[in-house]
Amino acid sequence: MKNMERKASKKTPVIIKYREDYLFMLPYLLVFVVFTVFPVVVAMLFSFTRFDIVQLPSFIGLKNYFRLFIEDSLFPLALKNTLLLAVITGPGGFFLSLLLAWVLNEFSDKLRAVLTMLCYAPTLSGGAYMIWNIIYSGDSYGFLNGILINLGIIYSPIQWLTDSKYMMVSAIIVILWMSFGSGFLSMIAGFKNVDRTQYEAAAVDGIKNRYQELWYITLPSMKPQLMFSAVMSITNSFGMGDIITAIYGFPSSNYALYTLVHMLQDYGNTRFEMGYASAIATVLFLIMVLSNHFIQKLIRKVGN
Amino acid sequence: MKSLRALNRSSKVNRSRLGTVVLFIILLIFACVMAFPMALIIANAFKPQDELWVFPPRLIPNNPTLENFRNMFTVMSSSQVPFVRYIFNTVLITAVGTVGHIILSSMCAFPLAKKEFPGRNVIFQTIVLALMFNATVTAIPNFLTMSWLHWINTYLALIVPAFGAPIGLYLMKQFIEQLPDSLLEAARIDGAGQWQSFWKIVMPNVKAAWLTLFLLSFQSLWGIGATSYIYKEELKTLPYALSQILSSGISRAGVGAAVSVFMLIVPVFIFIFSQSNIIETMASSGMKE
Repeated sequence: MKNMERKASKKTPVIIKYREDYLFMLPYLLVFVVFTVFPVVVAMLFSFTRFDIVQLPSFIGLKNYFRLFIEDSLFPLALKNTLLLAVITGPGGFFLSLLLAWVLNEFSDKLRAVLTMLCYAPTLSGGAYMIWNIIYSGDSYGFLNGILINLGIIYSPIQWLTDSKYMMVSAIIVILWMSFGSGFLSMIAGFKNVDRTQYEAAAVDGIKNRYQELWYITLPSMKPQLMFSAVMSITNSFGMGDIITAIYGFPSSNYALYTLVHMLQDYGNTRFEMGYASAIATVLFLIMVLSNHFIQKLIRKVGN
Repeated sequence: MKSLRALNRSSKVNRSRLGTVVLFIILLIFACVMAFPMALIIANAFKPQDELWVFPPRLIPNNPTLENFRNMFTVMSSSQVPFVRYIFNTVLITAVGTVGHIILSSMCAFPLAKKEFPGRNVIFQTIVLALMFNATVTAIPNFLTMSWLHWINTYLALIVPAFGAPIGLYLMKQFIEQLPDSLLEAARIDGAGQWQSFWKIVMPNVKAAWLTLFLLSFQSLWGIGATSYIYKEELKTLPYALSQILSSGISRAGVGAAVSVFMLIVPVFIFIFSQSNIIETMASSGMKE
């Protein structure tokens, strides 16, 4: 049967040979192309135009990009904040999720489900991050200030939400707290998917402790989940704009938490400069694609 | 003592019991910190108006009351569309969208993960990259597509795009990739066609993946609020109706908390259902090769 298929493949065109596969993919790809690929491509084309939504877009070449890179004085700041947040919260969230998923895997199914839910709670309850408004509250009644003053670490309340010295740190804590999301769940499921006989074989082969077991057995067999989580970490850590706006307001004081997402939402939703907003979105997209490329290369090396 | 032993998974080797207990305690503290906000939201729903603004907020109300929930139904009964309609809309969109997304994305992920055909890499890379584009600037092209299809003010505008979300395909492909080729080969020799291989072999063995996807997709559809595609009141969703209640100010804060709890209950049940069913499948329990 296999031979026959091989023989046939020389003559029949691929579309016939793999017709069942293409047929399987067709429904999803149709929806995906219409509602995801098409809008993204159109948005990228917008970035070469001046487009105010009222009038039709007019082609202006690379002007939006020149404006962004050379003239816009807020762009370097937004870029710096975006990268700083992403570099800390991306890997931070990724490794915290991995550590937690690994530890949770040690427990029986029921305990694991309960503990997973408690840790996933910030993501499960949509607007739960608003609680940080109370924790960070600037008067001495704020949770954090209250505790620190009682412990004698500080003497007067710190303005966590408005003092630009502390805003970056406090935002990073919130984002890390939110980082046990879809990537975390996929890791939990991934640990369950590891072939159990491998552990028994490894014990015979002289794997001494759980750390060796993790590095040599578990992680290499769940590379696909690691890659998925890495992509989720990238999209989350670069796209945190809404949560920052909800807690720190827009614009955040001194623009201390002004990111590329804020910049493009500002131009897209408020000023209706769609062409310029699209250029910012495209730049942000390219940064994320590059970091994804780099991270996927790193993950391929796991366990070697 | 028995429960302590149950903590340690008997199938694993090289485990010290003390280590597991210490881990459990650290983890429990960590989990409680993580879940604190959710606990506070639930507590608020049971507090009378005068207790809501006590500072610092208390986890256990002094005079617990169900008044907020009662008010919730009173407020809702005065809306122009019967409140049940909002619930119906959200349940319909979530149910159809989630099931469709799981089936379509798994069907597409199967060949992408297991077959060598031209275009495979291009398709997969495109889907991964699509996860990274900010939605703010794609709103206009999407709106144009919807109006061209005459889908404005229909359920289709919310349900169909959910079918093709990139996240499901990526997740399913990563898990299907891990299935041993021998499993599919064996099915093929036994005469299973494409659909049978998919439905009888692939899907049961990646149960952990689609249960996870079930939760993720459910959550995102359950949370759909006001959109630019729907402006007929009778097609609007539950989160939209609830946000109307929330936006009516401080006097409704207690009702707001009740609303949040109401919104939270269903995803919590879905979470418990999906997580407690993620158990080892045939492919991961030593039947490989």
